[in-house]
Amino acid sequence: MIQFSQIYKRYPGGYEALKNVSFEIAEGEMIFLTGHSGAGKSTLLKLIAAIERPSSGSIVVKGQNVSSIKGGALPYLRRNLGLIFQDHKILFDRSVFDNVILPLQICGFDYRESAKRVRAALDKVGLLKREKTSPIALSGGEQQRLCIARAIVNRPSILLADEPTGNLDVDYASDIMSIFKSFHQVGVTLLISSHDENVLRQFKGRVLALKNGELCP
Amino acid sequence: MKNWLITHVHVLLFTLRRFLFTPLSSLLNILVIGIALSLPAGMYLMLKSVQSLAEQAVGTPQISIFLSMDASTDEVAHIGKQLKQHAGVNQVKFVPRDQALEQLKQTTGLADVIGGMAHNPLPDAYIVYPKKSDAQALEALRDELQKWPKLEHVQLDSAWAHKLEAMLKFGLLAALILAVLLSFALVAVTFNTIRLQILTQREEIEVSRLIGATNTFIRRPFLYFGLLQGLLGGIAAWLIITLSLYLLNNSLSELTHLYASSFTLHLPSVGDSSTLLLLSAYLGWLGAWLSVAQHLWKIEPR
Repeated sequence: MIQFSQIYKRYPGGYEALKNVSFEIAEGEMIFLTGHSGAGKSTLLKLIAAIERPSSGSIVVKGQNVSSIKGGALPYLRRNLGLIFQDHKILFDRSVFDNVILPLQICGFDYRESAKRVRAALDKVGLLKREKTSPIALSGGEQQRLCIARAIVNRPSILLADEPTGNLDVDYASDIMSIFKSFHQVGVTLLISSHDENVLRQFKGRVLALKNGELCP
Repeated sequence: MKNWLITHVHVLLFTLRRFLFTPLSSLLNILVIGIALSLPAGMYLMLKSVQSLAEQAVGTPQISIFLSMDASTDEVAHIGKQLKQHAGVNQVKFVPRDQALEQLKQTTGLADVIGGMAHNPLPDAYIVYPKKSDAQALEALRDELQKWPKLEHVQLDSAWAHKLEAMLKFGLLAALILAVLLSFALVAVTFNTIRLQILTQREEIEVSRLIGATNTFIRRPFLYFGLLQGLLGGIAAWLIITLSLYLLNNSLSELTHLYASSFTLHLPSVGDSSTLLLLSAYLGWLGAWLSVAQHLWKIEPR
């Protein structure tokens, strides 16, 4: 599903965020990406969504070479991915409902069908009763869940989450982890970055550990 | 197809809401565009009205021939016969000097002044209607007649209309130049409005890009906004022109009544109106497109 071969990422100024990273993720796997902050977790996730390009090496997502993807094909790649951002990237000028419907509007879905899907997604993350609220009135954990609802409303086959439990307390964090597990059960491929020891201890799947931009064996 | 239509209607409604969200600045923008467009368009319409008046005058060209005061009755009759036989002449009308004086008394109200004169100062005259009405043929005929004996003065009555037409052409050119310049202004106004919008919606654009929006999708609301702003500006210009012409016609009718004429300024025709609206909408769209092309690529997701 996702394949990295000999990926290097150098930023202008010579800082190397990733060094010779190679791995493969099969369809339906749920994988944790760990490492101290600055180890290159976010960079790795951004490379998958082609938000950034690798300096060398190749990345293949769903059979498509992302490292050399053309601008015109980029939107269609991203529609297959559910992205959950560290900084949420929620739009505060519209309601919870309108935030979640955005990916469907972008794909040109029928409005009534979209509304159904939005409510299903909000129900899944437990925000159904707050669809008309402004996101500003939501707590940190609720904003995180809103971000998840927006990522899954499109029913992507791959879900990428950057520090989804970053600054949440333990209860909220385990809530969100159980939401992810339910996606895993229906066959979604998940890649979740986290440096949260508590969350890691509960988790029993494969772990990719980054250290100073290199993958630990 | 249905989905596509719904998408576009949604964008349109969204754009309208954006207008209503900032009513004052939207209104000012529309007014600026309206005033900028109404100047050259109004000037054009007024000149067109005057031009159609001039064309009416040029439409029936005539040459007035004033005979010498010392021409005898026989000579006058002889000239009349010669004129009738001339190849370039269609019709000839004789105006005897007594009749001309009578007419002058009646139409100008100068009866007292004329009555006080010892003798009739007016000469006999012929009015010649030529066969050809183009300027060159008329001038050639005039030059030929001028060489005849016993003719005091040959006057081409349409000459003034030709001069007026040349002046009108000059005026229309000036209106065109003004229109081109102010079109640039319209494009610039839209360019700037859209630039500000892109800046304030930076976050939305960024997020949309991250979740798979195509450039077409991101561009669409801005292009609609430009188009709509241009169109509304065009409507404002149309209202300004129509209202101004209406007011001008009101005072003009008082004026022309005094001169026993019925000259009115034409209101914009359906063709003129739709040209104005289409052009303003297009210019708005163009400004938005340029702005989007210039600024959108700078906003890349981080």
